[in-house]
Amino acid sequence: MNALLTRRHVVAGLGLLSLGVLAGCDPGSGLSYKYGKDLSNEILGRKFKLRDAQGNEMMLGSFRGMMPMIFFGFTQCPAVCPTALARAAQIKKMMGPDGDRLQVVFITLDPERDTPAMLDAYVKAFDPSFIALSGTLEETAATAKEFKVFYEKIPTGSSYTLSHTATSFVFDTRGVLRLGLSPSLSAKQCTEDLLTVMSVC
Amino acid sequence: MKPVNRLLLLSLLGLSLHVSAQTQVDDAWVRATVAGQPTTGAFMHITSSTDSKLVEVKSAVAKTVQIHESTMKNDVMSMQAVPFVVLPAGKTVNIEPEGYHVMLIDLVAQVKDGDQVPLTLIVEDAKGVKESIEVNAQARALNSMPMDMDMHDHGAAH
Repeated sequence: MNALLTRRHVVAGLGLLSLGVLAGCDPGSGLSYKYGKDLSNEILGRKFKLRDAQGNEMMLGSFRGMMPMIFFGFTQCPAVCPTALARAAQIKKMMGPDGDRLQVVFITLDPERDTPAMLDAYVKAFDPSFIALSGTLEETAATAKEFKVFYEKIPTGSSYTLSHTATSFVFDTRGVLRLGLSPSLSAKQCTEDLLTVMSVC
Repeated sequence: MKPVNRLLLLSLLGLSLHVSAQTQVDDAWVRATVAGQPTTGAFMHITSSTDSKLVEVKSAVAKTVQIHESTMKNDVMSMQAVPFVVLPAGKTVNIEPEGYHVMLIDLVAQVKDGDQVPLTLIVEDAKGVKESIEVNAQARALNSMPMDMDMHDHGAAH
């Protein structure tokens, strides 16, 4: 089976009723997703300001023209974070040429230990196009709150680990929040829904 | 004693130890790190012939080694240290990213893809007798996914 999904496939599956949506970039209309959660009625992630590895200030508007897929984690996470990054790399490949417009953004919830250089090397080990963002503790807390992302420190002896929301947030190319992808979804399931977003904007 | 005999004796000893071992460890691997990353995880399959518990893991590559459990509830991933992992007789227990896993904390050096990482597993049986198992875990690339994920699609993408 060919795992490469194309936009045409998904568009063909949308049906006649939704054709009106295809005509423009209407932020108000919710799309119907097979696997993910429609977040078009939520207002999340509009105001965050963080920095990339080079110290450039980055906000949602920095990704205009791209489809940002944003999620939160920390590099000392052995489980969900590398799995989510590896899944994102797979998704990008499965999307084929459309994958060039997917911008994967990893925001650290552990800026005390994730230095910008290490964080950058970490995400780029999965795909060189991936971007990692970090801020101060206050900026991190404000960003998480803005995304309604829960996180808390769990002490483990002399060290600590973090519990956190592992949802991926997808915005369209105009910066409108569209889709929430659960960590339990496969790369293929995510890809189908991402192509649905891309089919409108 | 001639060196050859000593070698023979050693290998026989090794053989007998192997035979009496009650716990089998398969497919042990460690996730490689990037420079400066102080922590990583070790994963494996453990099968014990009698009811026992994995109570401790040691490794020369990390100052602290802990056994953690990941849980996912409402898309919130949580992790916490656990005192042991139950190994029911004859049942293969997966030490994997999404469940129980071994955390190597404060690494003494970067773990690179292909490195052999020595681990010592301490397994305690129902009578409280402890067994020490030496395992060489292979370091796999940072972006490795567990085999049961949809890796099959990976190669077909292009």
